[in-house]
Amino acid sequence: MNNQLTLSVSPHIHSGRTTRRIMLDVLIALLPAAVAGVVIFGLTSLIVIASCVVGCVGFEALFYVIRKKPIPVGDLSAAVTGLLLALNLPANTPWWQCLIGALFAMVVVKGLFGGLGANPVNPAITARVFMLVAFATLAKPAFPTIVDTVSSATPLASETPTSLTDLLLGLHGGAIGETCAVALLLGGIYLLCRRVITWHIPVAFIGTVFVASFFMEGMDLTAALAAILSGGLLIGAIFMATDYVTSPATPWGKIIFGVGAGLITFLIRYFGVYPEGVSFAILFMNIITPYISSWTKRKVFGTGGKNA
Amino acid sequence: MAFSLHGVHVPHRKNTAKLAAVPMPSPKTVTIPMSMHIGAPAKPVVKVGDLVKVGTLIAEAGGFVSAPIYASVSGKVTKITEYLQSNGTTVPAMVIESDGEMTPDESIAPPVVDSRDSLLEAIKQSGVVGLGGAGFPTHVKFAVDPDRIEYLIINGAECEPYVTSDTRTMLDRTADMKRALEAMKKYFGIKNIVIGIENNKKEAIASMRKLMQETCEGCTFTVKSLPALYPQGGEKVLIYHTVGRVVPVGKLPIDVGCIVVNCTTVAAIGAYLETGMPLVEKCVTVDGGAVKEPKNVVVPIGTALSEVFDFCGGLTEAPDKVVYGGPMMGITVPDTTAPILKNTNAILALTKKETKLPKTTPCIRCGSCLNTCPFGLSPAQIARAYDKKDAVALNNLSVNACMECGCCSFVCPANRPLVQTNKLAKQFLKEEKAKEDAKA
Repeated sequence: MNNQLTLSVSPHIHSGRTTRRIMLDVLIALLPAAVAGVVIFGLTSLIVIASCVVGCVGFEALFYVIRKKPIPVGDLSAAVTGLLLALNLPANTPWWQCLIGALFAMVVVKGLFGGLGANPVNPAITARVFMLVAFATLAKPAFPTIVDTVSSATPLASETPTSLTDLLLGLHGGAIGETCAVALLLGGIYLLCRRVITWHIPVAFIGTVFVASFFMEGMDLTAALAAILSGGLLIGAIFMATDYVTSPATPWGKIIFGVGAGLITFLIRYFGVYPEGVSFAILFMNIITPYISSWTKRKVFGTGGKNA
Repeated sequence: MAFSLHGVHVPHRKNTAKLAAVPMPSPKTVTIPMSMHIGAPAKPVVKVGDLVKVGTLIAEAGGFVSAPIYASVSGKVTKITEYLQSNGTTVPAMVIESDGEMTPDESIAPPVVDSRDSLLEAIKQSGVVGLGGAGFPTHVKFAVDPDRIEYLIINGAECEPYVTSDTRTMLDRTADMKRALEAMKKYFGIKNIVIGIENNKKEAIASMRKLMQETCEGCTFTVKSLPALYPQGGEKVLIYHTVGRVVPVGKLPIDVGCIVVNCTTVAAIGAYLETGMPLVEKCVTVDGGAVKEPKNVVVPIGTALSEVFDFCGGLTEAPDKVVYGGPMMGITVPDTTAPILKNTNAILALTKKETKLPKTTPCIRCGSCLNTCPFGLSPAQIARAYDKKDAVALNNLSVNACMECGCCSFVCPANRPLVQTNKLAKQFLKEEKAKEDAKA
């Protein structure tokens, strides 16, 4: 028995929190939005979800098989990217476009940069932006199949305002998972409770858009609320901007990231050619994340300065 | 205090907190290494074949930073072997075969303490070293200009899972602690005493508050209840949370007017002042999933771990790891013939289930490590700099500030060896500096 003792450097115990568990929590948190999307936009959304998830997991596996490396899809990160991508696409996106998007996300954005943890930008966001530029159909969002009252494009592009109730329930045009605010907030609360994310990025991001829109709309509270419930802001701020790999890790870094993303979203929405700017805003902030991280480094205890 | 240092919530598993220490019968043999402290190894003063009694000096201090060693059983020195230390080097170890009588040495008498020098000498002769685990010779800490000592901070935090031997000291050995503190007040001119205890030890806090009322004459005496947040008992963490002072990297507590002593160290000094019996036995917490009856046991120093486990009903299954100390910073032993040392506060026989670590996967930059590091280090970045052997970057990242508490590795969802890499990085910087110095 004595010869079988393991010798190792401390610590000898672990918190039990793993990457896989974190990714599983994100999948669980996205479920309400996915279910709401299928209810609102009909069964075609299931095809989009399935082709994105299968595409992402499959292409990542294939990428590692070809390179004769262990296949990492068990960490569930590819599934998260797939589901996020799908929820950011309209329900009428053809399956082959989904697969091309998945290929772009997993191979070009993630795999070629070194896989999990090494990608400089968020794969789902970047793939969505790529598809937006590549396929014209994405500019024409799908409409809910369960109500027939909506006749315009997304609330952001529309002249007639959508009611706040419809915005909360998601009964308006848009991507599969971005419309139902209630479902997204539910997922966000779950992630906060599970300590997968902290409040900093979502609150700073959404708060900035809210405040800026409030003043832009001439102190109109309803319009400001509509601004934060419309488009991809909630799904972006809660699920995409909080991606660990591509956002700062310190509290102040997260706040800077959130405020920056909020400002860019606001500027694109009001002054840009696209009706929506959440994806571009997050993508831009992803790129400057290394700088934000170095500006907001924690001071090492005992190296001088006040309280440190 | 502007803010509290970060840390992690570790499982407490203080299963033995309610169990007063029970003495163990004399072991058949003891193996006493000549180095159970930081500093020069002790020099043997007895030879093979000599008869010794409990408390007989067997090795004298090998320098200023060193400590004398005493026989823990009565019997005969049968051989001097090599003992493999956890750092890979060996020191001589004396094997004493017990006669089973545990006869105390006739020369044992309470020390005469009537001045600062005689108290320092008594602490030195007691053989007491930092009993919280570090093993730094205690008399060296106090060998400073008494005017520099503003605070005597007593470490009762005991933040490691499982370990309760300090808790038992604070509950059962208050008289010893009191005696030592009175002497220190009188001869070292201690003006302020602070005891820091994690708030999951309510009884110990109450016991120390009582001690506070009895011992507060002529000085301020505070008992601080601290959050049970690992690593509360880290020396620099404790200083910051009790008196709000920051010990700069590379400096000692005394540089900010503090001396930190573990509560069991204080009690051991008090016991020596009373009886003159030096440090020959140690209260250790025996726990871990493989131990049948977890206990606190008073063990003669040098007793093999296997005998201590046997005294606790034996092991119910083959352990995966046997650890000196707690699971966060403890040291694994190669086999259970390893002896109880002066600074052993616990021995754990951990099962495979307890020591199971997740698979190591790529860093996802979640920031858990840097947000839990008590000192604000960036372990993931340090690991990347170490991979490139970038000494400049490692210095900029202040890796030398790392106290090796292990919070980063504990929380890492990718189970990356972060604190382990910090240790390597510190060693690497030391070697680089030695090379630089050799050139200059």
